Amino acid sequence: MNYAKEELLACVIARLIGDVRHVAIGAASPIPATGAFLLKQGNPSLRISLLQKRTGNPFTQGSRELFDLAGQGRIDVFFLGGAQIDGEANINLVEAEGKRFPGSFGSAFMYFSAGKTILFREEHSPRVLVKNVDYVSAPGWSPPGVERRGGPAALLTGKALFKWQAEKRRFLLESVHPGSGAEDLRGVTGFDYDAPAQVPETVMPTESELRLLRGPVAGVIGENYPEFARRVWGGQRVSGARIKSGIGE
Amino acid sequence: MSALPANETRFLAGADALAREIADGACVGLPPDYSPVAMEVVRALVRRGAKDLKLLGVPVLGLCADILIGAGCVREVETSAVTLGEAGLAPRFTAAAEAGTLKIVDATCPMIHTGLQATEKGVPFMPLRGVLGSDLVKHHPDWKTIDNPYAKGDPILLAKAIVPDVALFHARWADEAGNVWVGRRQELATIAHASKACYVTYEELKPGDMLADEILAPGCISSVYVTAVAPSPRGAWPLGVPGVYGIDDAHLMKYAKMAKTAEGFRQYLDEFVLKPVAA
Repeated sequence: MNYAKEELLACVIARLIGDVRHVAIGAASPIPATGAFLLKQGNPSLRISLLQKRTGNPFTQGSRELFDLAGQGRIDVFFLGGAQIDGEANINLVEAEGKRFPGSFGSAFMYFSAGKTILFREEHSPRVLVKNVDYVSAPGWSPPGVERRGGPAALLTGKALFKWQAEKRRFLLESVHPGSGAEDLRGVTGFDYDAPAQVPETVMPTESELRLLRGPVAGVIGENYPEFARRVWGGQRVSGARIKSGIGE
Repeated sequence: MSALPANETRFLAGADALAREIADGACVGLPPDYSPVAMEVVRALVRRGAKDLKLLGVPVLGLCADILIGAGCVREVETSAVTLGEAGLAPRFTAAAEAGTLKIVDATCPMIHTGLQATEKGVPFMPLRGVLGSDLVKHHPDWKTIDNPYAKGDPILLAKAIVPDVALFHARWADEAGNVWVGRRQELATIAHASKACYVTYEELKPGDMLADEILAPGCISSVYVTAVAPSPRGAWPLGVPGVYGIDDAHLMKYAKMAKTAEGFRQYLDEFVLKPVAA
């Protein structure tokens, strides 16, 4: 069965979130949101707080409530990206090589406070995945004595999935996505990482996952990320919608 | 902090009258684009040629900051980000940052909230977990790390109390008693409570006193904080007022495109800012 790359990534994210109570998802994150809603199909009690929701936003105390919740340990999983991400899981959202980015948002707090953070950036290039970030918006690890509830769990890109090894402070390549042209992954990754002798392929979406994605999940996502839903599912919310392009074709 | 007035809210004629009360050089606390922004006052500030403003993003900034920066009204920003959301990078902010013509104090969202909450309580600082090890701590002039006095070997970061000169935002309702209603957008209340003066434009004026209504009261900011209000129907446009009108995404995309160049930005000002909008 054909699938879109976004669908593959959403399925990976659903597995990475795992068995938790509360996922919060920041602005402009349709793929993490898709993964979370896919997971919710089998776990209806999973709470998903979409921060960018324009109507029916989950908070009543303004924009500080998310951080207060996280500070108390009420957010199990959060997602962060970065203009740069380095081999020690530091992220940079501020500036690099004379270029200015929007800024750090809540990353310097959420990376510590959420139970675990999934790093997600579709672009997999030496420009993004660097040896050392030019500016640490939020550090990937903290020295002993610094209170820190959570940290990185994994790094997912458009080409591969890395697991974070907290004790070694290094990424371990877990799998490469089928058809992603990742034969020379080290050539497009600016940092060094561990890898098994045989690198498995990322597990492909199952037919039942795809049915859920193209049915109920597409409906929910379409309400909050209409452009994304149109691009991936052609604006259709019906099961079996034809996929325009897919890396599994 | 000692001389804050028990305000008797003044009623001004409109956004331009309100913009005249915001002095050059003032530190102005502003909400993000998803909260109601007093965009008509922002345009009026450009029309009156405001200078040397310091913008505080609570906790991030968007279109209003980009327009004020592009129009040369801003000396400094302190914020956790400047973004146009789905419309991409804020082009005039990005250009000014890369040209080095704008002072930028980078922060992270909860440190800004915490600094304002310290002011709400009238205390000089307030601690926050996390953030340690971020380069933000190295560069921010007002953040200090101390040892938790209740536990040994436990470093913790302090946010210095933030006191903006002016809180500026838009609200769905004001009433005859000078209260304003912001509903769940409580970051507006935080800015209002912490600022020396608070200016609000509103969609509609309600008769009477909303604080007498049990349903409306929890979404209100009491007139004790409100310096002056002014009517400005659709005053948040092209941003939205939750439950009344949404963000004009097409206009934001148009802005993002036009403001890519200084010349395009000038045209945008001519077309949408410098001539007063008939309202």
